[in-house]
Amino acid sequence: MTADQDLYASSTETTEGRVFTVSGQDWDQIAEGLAEDDTERVVVNMGPQHPSTHGVLRLILELEGETVTEARCGIGYLHTGIEKNMEFRSWVQGVTFCTRMDYLSPFFNEATYCLGIERLLDIEDQVPEKATVMRVLLMELNRISSHLVAIATGGMEIGALTVMTVGFRERELVLDLFELITGLRMNHAFIRPGGVAQDLPPGALDEIRAFVALMRKRLPEYAALCNANPIFKARLVDVGHLDLEGCVALGMTGPVLRSTGYPWDLRKTQPYCGYETYDFDVQTWDTADSYGRFRIRLAEMEESLKIVEQAAERLAGLEGAPVMIEDKKIAWPSQLAIGSDGMGNSLDHIRHIMGESMEALIHHFKLVTEGFRVPAGQAYVPVEGPRGELGAHVVSDGGTRPYRVHFRDPSFTNLQATSVMSEGGMVADVIVAIASIDPVMGGVDR
Amino acid sequence: MTDDDKTGTADKTDTTGKAPDQRAVEESPENAPATLDPEVRAVGARHGMFGTRGSGDTSGYGGLVQPVVYPGLARRPLDGWHEEVASALDAALAAAGVSDGIEGVVVHRGELTFHVRRDALPSVARALRDDPSLRFEVLSGVSGVHYPDDAGREIHVVHHLLSMTWNRRVRLEVSVPDADPHLPSVVTTYPTADWHERETYDMFGVVFDGHPALTRILMPDDWPGHPQRKDYPLGGIPVEYKGGSVPPPDQRRSYN
Repeated sequence: MTADQDLYASSTETTEGRVFTVSGQDWDQIAEGLAEDDTERVVVNMGPQHPSTHGVLRLILELEGETVTEARCGIGYLHTGIEKNMEFRSWVQGVTFCTRMDYLSPFFNEATYCLGIERLLDIEDQVPEKATVMRVLLMELNRISSHLVAIATGGMEIGALTVMTVGFRERELVLDLFELITGLRMNHAFIRPGGVAQDLPPGALDEIRAFVALMRKRLPEYAALCNANPIFKARLVDVGHLDLEGCVALGMTGPVLRSTGYPWDLRKTQPYCGYETYDFDVQTWDTADSYGRFRIRLAEMEESLKIVEQAAERLAGLEGAPVMIEDKKIAWPSQLAIGSDGMGNSLDHIRHIMGESMEALIHHFKLVTEGFRVPAGQAYVPVEGPRGELGAHVVSDGGTRPYRVHFRDPSFTNLQATSVMSEGGMVADVIVAIASIDPVMGGVDR
Repeated sequence: MTDDDKTGTADKTDTTGKAPDQRAVEESPENAPATLDPEVRAVGARHGMFGTRGSGDTSGYGGLVQPVVYPGLARRPLDGWHEEVASALDAALAAAGVSDGIEGVVVHRGELTFHVRRDALPSVARALRDDPSLRFEVLSGVSGVHYPDDAGREIHVVHHLLSMTWNRRVRLEVSVPDADPHLPSVVTTYPTADWHERETYDMFGVVFDGHPALTRILMPDDWPGHPQRKDYPLGGIPVEYKGGSVPPPDQRRSYN
């Protein structure tokens, strides 16, 4: 190797022509080689470790100058076999797995899985009202935190760092509420078949009301910062265009579909968890571009605040009501409590099963180790996640474990539109288009 | 619970003569009738109580054998919009010159499932999408289920369809044998099936004929086996890393 040879940019002759391999930052040799070849076609591998690809997403971009002629996605870097693992655990334990899939919308994963199980068990109308209202409350808070991350990371990827810092600042408030209610910032496993794991802690409703009041002040700040910002609009308007026909053909749902002006929202069209009893509007935009999707997310947070407010009001009237199904064959037997060494089974429950009732001990042991049986069959109960239709295809063979669970994750489906949205545009617009889809790789790869 | 119990409780007429003191048992969720029709489909058997194998019978339930029984085929006419969809599909298929495309219809927990013969799948999908009275314009997803004991129909491929026009959902289920795991792709009808079919191929080894580029999508390109099949173990696979091979956790150390 001579001194003028570049360590990081080597070239080899292949049957396809000359191929450059670049692993560092030095593009000089590439530029010289291209000048000789008199062509500007470059294939760039972007990711999977790249700050602007919205996670461990690999993009293979074929460029003609700065124009993208072909864009392909490489996924699977975050595949952890969650669906396979769930087949080896009981129905209740499955919640612990699926909450980790799309890590920005854990409650939606849990909700669609539990709604599927409840349909198979035929206990949909036995789930207590308070549990359903708490599910709605948590899902809407989760929608706010997820949209905040979508806007924050989308802003960061185009260089608007203020949007990122304020987005994560507000998201932290939501995570504090999650921690207060479920005990954890993420990986909650809080929504369980038949209800939810715990009652609301004292003071939670006050915290929620304070949060809603604060967000009502903060959300207009986002609008003031971004909505008419000429730089922001220059980057987002007319970028990542996908019309209604394309959306339907590609199975797109969520803000991408609603940015075409079509008001499809499962909370309105196929209500679950009693969404038909809440007062809120479906937000749409008519430009079918990244800017419209941003505006929809911003407006949906306002709508979610309305639902959170109504749910909190209902919960105030449901103090002391049960949060788990009455059927002892399904309900988790133990109650949790905070002890000196952290959270665990309550001492009252332990005293009961260890000292007072042999039958209670047997019942606890059977239900916790073996779990309940779910009648054979299959169910698919989708929910409207922050990114679109999120559904779990739940299959039971009549046993105590899922026979097969497949999650239809909106990130996975929507990511297919990357090529349609970005081919023919500039490299920088690929980033904007992907940010407007808002894929979460944990959900894409599962 | 045996097969007979299930069919007995499913047929809830006044003339069965079931003793009323059994009601609590019959109405508990695990004994609830799984089907509208007393006919049920057995797709195999479950051994033991806990689903584990190969670890010795410590539970005492190891000898238990239970049939795996799925909801049976529904009798026509169906209820409500289910019948509208089923008869519109029949008419559309007849117009397209496809006979025997539908093997059967299952209605369970309010969800409508068509069992489709595999070579009829493209015509069925096209009819469901294009017929104005059906108009299932969105394919929600494709997935698979592996039933190793269901001889000749080991792999079931499931398509979930959504009609935004009519606000309805149906499920298509196609079964293929392990020995010949081929079925036609629906990418030409539903472009969104592209990645979903790749995932199902990746996880089950089903070959979708006519797919533009059927390659693995989640697992590495050179991965051996298809992980979601029931004969594929959970873990137990050595992992190659930087030229070396890391054995699976259960083989790393000898404890004897």
